[in-house]
Amino acid sequence: MAQTHYDVIIIGAGMSGMAAGIRLAYFDKSVCVLERHYAAGGLNSFYALDGHQFDVGLHAMTNYVRPGTRGAPLTKIFRQLRLTPEDFGLAPQHHSEVRFPGKTLRFNNDFRCFVQDVVDNFPAQADHFVRLVKHIQEYDELDLEAPPRSGRAVVSSFLSDPLLTDMIFCPLMIYGNAQERDMEFGQFVVMFKSIFCEGLGRPREGVRRIITALRRKLREVGGTVRMKCGVQALNAEGTRITSVTLDTGEILTADTILSSAGYVETMRLCGTDHATLAPMEGRLSFVEIISILDQPMKHLGHDATIIFYNTGKEFHYETPKNLVDARSGVICCPDNFLFDKPLPESMIRLTCLANFDGWNALDEPAYLRAKTEWLPKIQQEVLHFIPDFRHHVVYTDFFTPRTIQKWTGHLNGAVYGAPEKLKTGKTPIENLFICGTDQGFLGIVGAMLSGISMANLHVLKRAHAR
Amino acid sequence: MTNDQIKHAVLQIIAVIAPDEDLSHVKSDVALRDQLELDSMDFLDIVMELRKRYGVEVPEGDYGQLASLDSCVIYLAPKLKDK
Repeated sequence: MAQTHYDVIIIGAGMSGMAAGIRLAYFDKSVCVLERHYAAGGLNSFYALDGHQFDVGLHAMTNYVRPGTRGAPLTKIFRQLRLTPEDFGLAPQHHSEVRFPGKTLRFNNDFRCFVQDVVDNFPAQADHFVRLVKHIQEYDELDLEAPPRSGRAVVSSFLSDPLLTDMIFCPLMIYGNAQERDMEFGQFVVMFKSIFCEGLGRPREGVRRIITALRRKLREVGGTVRMKCGVQALNAEGTRITSVTLDTGEILTADTILSSAGYVETMRLCGTDHATLAPMEGRLSFVEIISILDQPMKHLGHDATIIFYNTGKEFHYETPKNLVDARSGVICCPDNFLFDKPLPESMIRLTCLANFDGWNALDEPAYLRAKTEWLPKIQQEVLHFIPDFRHHVVYTDFFTPRTIQKWTGHLNGAVYGAPEKLKTGKTPIENLFICGTDQGFLGIVGAMLSGISMANLHVLKRAHAR
Repeated sequence: MTNDQIKHAVLQIIAVIAPDEDLSHVKSDVALRDQLELDSMDFLDIVMELRKRYGVEVPEGDYGQLASLDSCVIYLAPKLKDK
C-alpha cells in the first residue's frame, strides 16, 4: 500500500515548494510534494506548442551574480540546496534599459554602471540618489518582523525628481510588485538589490534547466513528488490540519503542511469562506506575447536584453481599465544573453499589465477576437523602442491572466500574489505555513529562498528545539 | 573520536555546506565566522549535519559553542567520544 503519512506535505512543485522539499528530505524528513499540473515550476514553468518551446515567467533570473560571489542570495541558494552554479548554467545579460519619453537609463550586471548612468542623466539628483543607494544597501530586507512602509514615500524623501522616481520603480514593480500604485519599501529593496545591484541572467535552456536541477536533487535526497495530484481540501480540527483530501478522494496525513498555493487559495482549501478572503486577493496580472523569429533581434541591430518601457507622462502600475494597458511593459529578447552558443530558436517576448476580470468575462469567440485585436496594438507600442521585427515573426503565442489562473491556480492570474505578504509564513492554523509568492521573497531566487527559510524556520529548527 | 578527527569532521561538514570556501588555512583558535563567509543559515546547517551524520544534538542555546574549531572540539568531544 502506498504511504499515506508524511512528516511534511508541500502543496505545489514550484520553485519554493521544491526548494523546501529538498531541504527537508535532505535532513531525513519524509516529504511529499503535491502538484496539480503535469509540469513542475508553478508560476515559472514551460510549455510546448506545435514543436516550439516556451517559458512562462522567467524572462531573466534576477539576483544573478558570478559564481562564488560571497553573501549573495544566489550563493545562499546553492549552499542550502547543495547545488552548484553548473546546475543552473546561468549566462549574464548583455544590458537592459528603462525607457521613458525623452530619457533612457541603462544597466548591466555591474551596479557602478547604473549609478553612473543615473548621475549622467539626472545630474541634479546625483547626491540624492547616492544617499538613497546607501540607505538601500544598509537596509535589512530579510528582517521578517519589519513593519511595512510605503516605498514611494521613502524614495520620494530622497529624490525630488518624480521622473527618476518613476523610472526606478518601473522595472522593480513590473518584475515583482503585488500592490497597485505603491510598493512596500522592504519589497522595493529586495527588487532594487536583485535587479540593479546584482543583475540578470538566464540558462540557455530557459526555466527548464532550473526545474530539472531542482527535481533531480529532490529525487536524490529522497523526496516524493506526485504530479497531476491536486489538493481538494485541508481538513482542520480546531487549530490543526489533521488530513489532506486529494482531488481523487485519497486522504493523506502530515505533521506539517507547507503551502505555496497562495494565502487566499490555501485558506479556501481549509474552508474559510470566500467573502472573508476576497479583500486579500491579488489583482495584478499580465498578458504576454511570445513570438518566434526567423533571426535574432541583434541581427536587426537590437542588443538590449530587457527593455522596461513607459510611453505616458507618468508610470501607472495598476489594474488596467481596458483588457490591456500597453502604455508600459517589458520587451524581452532571450537571444541577448551572453550564451556560449545561440538559442535553438530566436524569440521576443512582450509583456503588459492586463485585467483578469475583463479577460475572464469573454466567451471563447470574443476571447480569441480580443487577442487578435490586442496583438497589433501592443506590437505598435513597442516599435517606439525597438526595430520593426514583425515580418520576421514565424509563430506567435499569446497568454492572458485567464491562462495563468488556469495553469497555476493563482486567483485572478495574480503573478505576484496577494498585496499583503506574510513574511513569517504563519497562518491561523498552527501546523500550516505559507511559502512562495505570498510569503514575500521575490523572483525565482526569492521563491527558492522562501521555501528554504520556511522549511528551516518551521520544521528543521522546531524539530531541533524539541 | 579524537580531537583531530572532530576537527576533520567539522571541516568536512563545512566543505559540503560551503564548497566555494577555501578551507586549507582555517585556524583552530580563530572564530570560523572571522575566517569564512558563514551566516546563520550555514551555522544551522553545521548543527543539522552533525545530527544527520553522527546523531549529535546541539540545542539552539549552545550554537555559540561551535564558534571556532577549538571550541567545537571542547563542546563535541564528550558527545562524540563513542562515535
